[in-house]
Order: sequence, then structure tokens, then C-alpha cells
Amino acid sequence: MSTVRIRAVSPSNELHVLERPVVDNVEAVPAAISGSPRRRRRWGRATVLGAVIPIVLIVLWQTIATSGLVASYRLPTPLSVWAAGVDLYERGVLYQHVAISTQRVLVGFAVGSVVGLVLAAIVGLSTRVSELFAPTLGALRAVPSLAWVPLLGLYLGYGEDPKVALIAIGAFFPVYTTVASALRHVDAHLVELGRSYGYSGPALLSLVQLPAVVPAVISSLRLALAQAWLFLVAGELLGASLGLGYLLVDSQQNGRIDRLFLTIILLGLLGKITDTAVGVLERFLLKRWGS
Amino acid sequence: MSSSSLRRSTAADALSVSIRDLSRSFGERRVLSGIDLEITAGEIVVLIGPSGCGKSTLLRHIGGLDSPTGGTIDIGGAPVTGLDARSAIAFQEPRLLPWRSITRNVEVGLPRGKRNRDDRDRVIELLDLVKLSASAHLRPREISGGMAQRVSLARALARRPGVLLLDEPFGALDALTRLAMQDLLLELHAVEPATIVIVTHDVDEALYLADRVILLGAIVPEDSSELLSIRSTVTVPGVRPRDRGSGDLAELRAELLEGLGVPTHHLSSQ
Ligand SMILES: Nc1ncnc2c1ncn2[C@@H]1O[C@H](COP(=O)(O)OP(=O)(O)OP(=O)(O)O)[C@@H](O)[C@H]1O
Ligand SMILES: [Mg+2]
Repeated sequence: MSTVRIRAVSPSNELHVLERPVVDNVEAVPAAISGSPRRRRRWGRATVLGAVIPIVLIVLWQTIATSGLVASYRLPTPLSVWAAGVDLYERGVLYQHVAISTQRVLVGFAVGSVVGLVLAAIVGLSTRVSELFAPTLGALRAVPSLAWVPLLGLYLGYGEDPKVALIAIGAFFPVYTTVASALRHVDAHLVELGRSYGYSGPALLSLVQLPAVVPAVISSLRLALAQAWLFLVAGELLGASLGLGYLLVDSQQNGRIDRLFLTIILLGLLGKITDTAVGVLERFLLKRWGS
Repeated sequence: MSSSSLRRSTAADALSVSIRDLSRSFGERRVLSGIDLEITAGEIVVLIGPSGCGKSTLLRHIGGLDSPTGGTIDIGGAPVTGLDARSAIAFQEPRLLPWRSITRNVEVGLPRGKRNRDDRDRVIELLDLVKLSASAHLRPREISGGMAQRVSLARALARRPGVLLLDEPFGALDALTRLAMQDLLLELHAVEPATIVIVTHDVDEALYLADRVILLGAIVPEDSSELLSIRSTVTVPGVRPRDRGSGDLAELRAELLEGLGVPTHHLSSQ
């Protein structure tokens, strides 16, 4: 009953609305700034709150699936999805699907973002090189990345390489575009400051340009990771014998709606986990290099 | 105050600056022309003039950040050909690196290469001088504009330059801090006698600090017979520290203000 009142009192503080009494809500404002135990409690609170909607959704899902409103071959129950997962796990294939997909994503992401960072540095730091490369890269970027699939298949066969290459292409462009443009837009005043105090070349780079683009690098990596998962599924949908994308196709063809749901949920979870990992890196780097 | 330790430290020698027939155009636009200026080592010269007349541009030329379309600049008898370790500039904007603490921003001003204990002490000392010791750990976004300007000043001082170039160094300071910083600068100058070139808009500040005040003027295009950027040079009498309220300076003050186009309603003393 008190929650409604709290919302009326402090509309800006929604995070604390649902499960805390009034008194505690008052001290919650400084808690955001100070003291690690408080911050941890706040973090815990956010986790609890973040779990609310998924739980509600699962309950709703269960209700609808068991109500008979939707046929079971169209909507499996949460429990049958869980059972499908346990079944695949016990047969030892679940791990294989997850592992190979994660590996493809990580390798493709690593290759794509490293190449992206290097090219962005070259193009972003030299106007001459930029004039040479930028139009070509811009044109390549205009090609919808999935259009590469047949060509990659032809050149690289149907093993791991074309899938990793496709993911690398997907991860490359966000990193390249964002970082190159960030480097080009580093405050010229700060660059001049560095030069006037005797910095040049790599020393100037590490004094001014690199720290200045750290936020852009991180957000581009996050974007690239999301792209990597997207391209993974695309790549595996179009030809694979293992992996979550393959599991999607296979389940669809065999009418295994429970496995289809399972795979979608797994992809969501894995994407969220890798994104969280980059988020941790982000927090660490921004504390050091943020302004 | 820690000026005793500053005295102990080996200050770089002040260097003379010699500008001959300097001119600078940006495309069609002629900003500086026919600048001749001899600054002796250890002198404090103040550049004053209306906004947009080329004060910052002249300062940037002395610091080797810009190259002239004509004429030459020598520091200590050797020409300025590019960025120059003999001079240090504090820009019109503080230009602090937002991801570095105040201390680490001042460290940027230290001579490049290996850093030793003395360098670290120097930074601590400078922060103390500009009254920022308590804020040393803060990031630029956490300090005020006036504080940022003091950081920029400390950074320029860090390398003990032979020529110190200050572009409106006290522009963003409140009146009281401004007076204190002027005294601080003079104190530093007495201990480490660098040649100092300061740009300011404040006539009183000019007269308080300078050995000579150079009045720069916008060039009137139709008056092509006399394309001189230096309108007049005023040598300020007496020795520092000067009496801020001195009547002797009132005449000069009026003269400079007239030069800047400000009606002073000043009645000559005779
Ligand atoms: N890089 C540049 N390109 C083109 N014009 C420039 C450049 N730098 C300066 N100018 C021009 O030169 C003139 C003098 O500029 P400067 O910054 O030296 O003025 P200032 O005397 O320092 O003015 P203020 O007191 O407002 O700081 C201005 O009219 C400006 O437009
Ligand atoms: Mg200026």
C-alpha cells in the first residue's frame, strides 16, 4: 500500500519504488554515491527488480500454454522447454552446440574488432590515408553483410572459416566506423596542447587520442558483439551441422517447438552474458579514462 | 610558501625574444603586419588590444605553433622554426585533459623523458603555489573555470621555460584571486626570472605587471599606407611591486584606454 505513495513522492527514483519502505527510500539517494555496502545493496535491489518481468512473463507463458488457448505444437510450456534442455544436455549435445557457437562468436568478434581498431587508427589519424581508404571501406560497408555468405562459402568452403569470417565482417564495421570517426573528431585543441608540450607520434597518441576515444571504443565493441551474435545465427542458419543456428533450423524442420524456444532463450542468455562481460570492462575503463 | 625550494631549484635562464617585420595573413585576411619587437631576457611584456586584433596569433607565433607569412622570430638568438621547448604557452582556454587528475595534468608540462623525484616535487610545489593542493586529485570536470586556468598556468610553469607565454591567464578568475595570482606571478618571476609575454584585456593588470605594454591595433584596411599592427608601446615606470593605486600610472592608464578606444574622461594632472 505504501508503494503507491512513494511513487507519488519521488517519481524520479523508480528503482526503489517496489520493495522498500519510505524511511529507507530517503537514505537511498546518498547510497548511490557513497559506501560500497550500500551500493552493493542497491545493485542487489536492481537485480531483483530486473528479474520481475522475466518471472512474470514465464508465469504468463505457463498460464497461456496450459490454458488450451494455443495449441501445444505452437506454444510449448516452460517446463517442456526445460525438459528439452535437460534431454539435450543428457545426450551431451547441448554443450557442443553452445560451445561451438560461443567459440565462433568470440573468435569472429576478436578478429573483426582487432582489424577494425587497427584500420580505424590508420584511417582516423591520417587524413591522407583516410582519403585513400575511406571511400572504399564506405562502399564495402554499404553491401548488406549477408550478401557475403555465398562468396565466403565458395572461397572458404563450409567449415569453420566462412562462419568466423562472416562474424568478423559483422563485428568489423561498427568498430571501424565508430572509432575512425571518434579519432577524427578528437578535440584539436587538446592535440595542439600535446604537441606544444613536446609530444608527438606514439607519445601524443597515448597522451591524447587514445584516451579520448576510449568511450567510443567500448561502445563500438558492445555493438560489435551484438552484431557477432546476429551474424552467427545467420551463418549457422545457412549451413552448419552444429551450433545454435543449426539447432534452430533442425528444430523447425522436425517440429520441435520446445527446442526452438530453448535455443532462442539460450541465445538471449549468451548474448546477455557476453554483453555483461563487456559492460564490466566498460565500467573499469571508464573509471580510469572517462572524464 | 614554498618559494624557498623554488629558489634552490635550477631555473632555466630567461631568453630574449626578437621579432622582426613579422606578418601573418589568413588567406586574404591580414592579421599581423610589420611587427618589430625586441624583448630582453627576463622582461615582462604585456600585449593589449581589442578583441580579434591578433594577440593570440602573435603569442602562438612566438611559441612556434604557427608560422609567419613574413618576418622572423628569434628566441635567445636562435630562430623559432617550429614547436619550441624553450617556450611554454598557457592557452586562452585551459585545455585540460579530462581523463587526468589535476596533478597528472600539470605533469604534462614537465620536460619529456624520464621523470624523477625533483619533477614530482616540482608539481606538488606548483599546485601549492596556485593554491590547488587540496584539489590535486580531482578531474577537470570537478573544478571551476578559474581553477582550471590556474592548472593551466602551473602546467606552463612546470618545465621552467626560458619564455613564458600566457594568453589571458587570469581571464576567468574572480577579482580577488586575480590580484593574488598577479602577485604570485611576480613572485615567481623574481625567483625564476623567465621572460614573460602576457595577453590581457585588463589595463590595470597590464600596468601592474609589465615592464612594457604593447598596444596592438586592428588594421584599418583603407589606411594602406600604414599597415602597422603595433599601435604604441608604453614603458611602465618604476619598479615592481607597484602601487596599485599609484597616481603616476593614471596617465598611462588613460593613454592605454584611449588607445583601446574607451573614452576615459580623464583630466590631465597639469
Ligand atoms: N587559424 C585561423 N584561421 C583563420 N583566421 C584566423 C585563425 N586564427 C586567427 N584568425 C583570425 O585572426 C584574427 C586575430 O585572432 P586572435 O585570436 O589572434 O585575436 P585576439 O587578439 O587574441 O582576440 P581575443 O582578444 O578575442 O582573444 C581574428 O580575426 C581571427 O579571425
Ligand atoms: Mg586571444
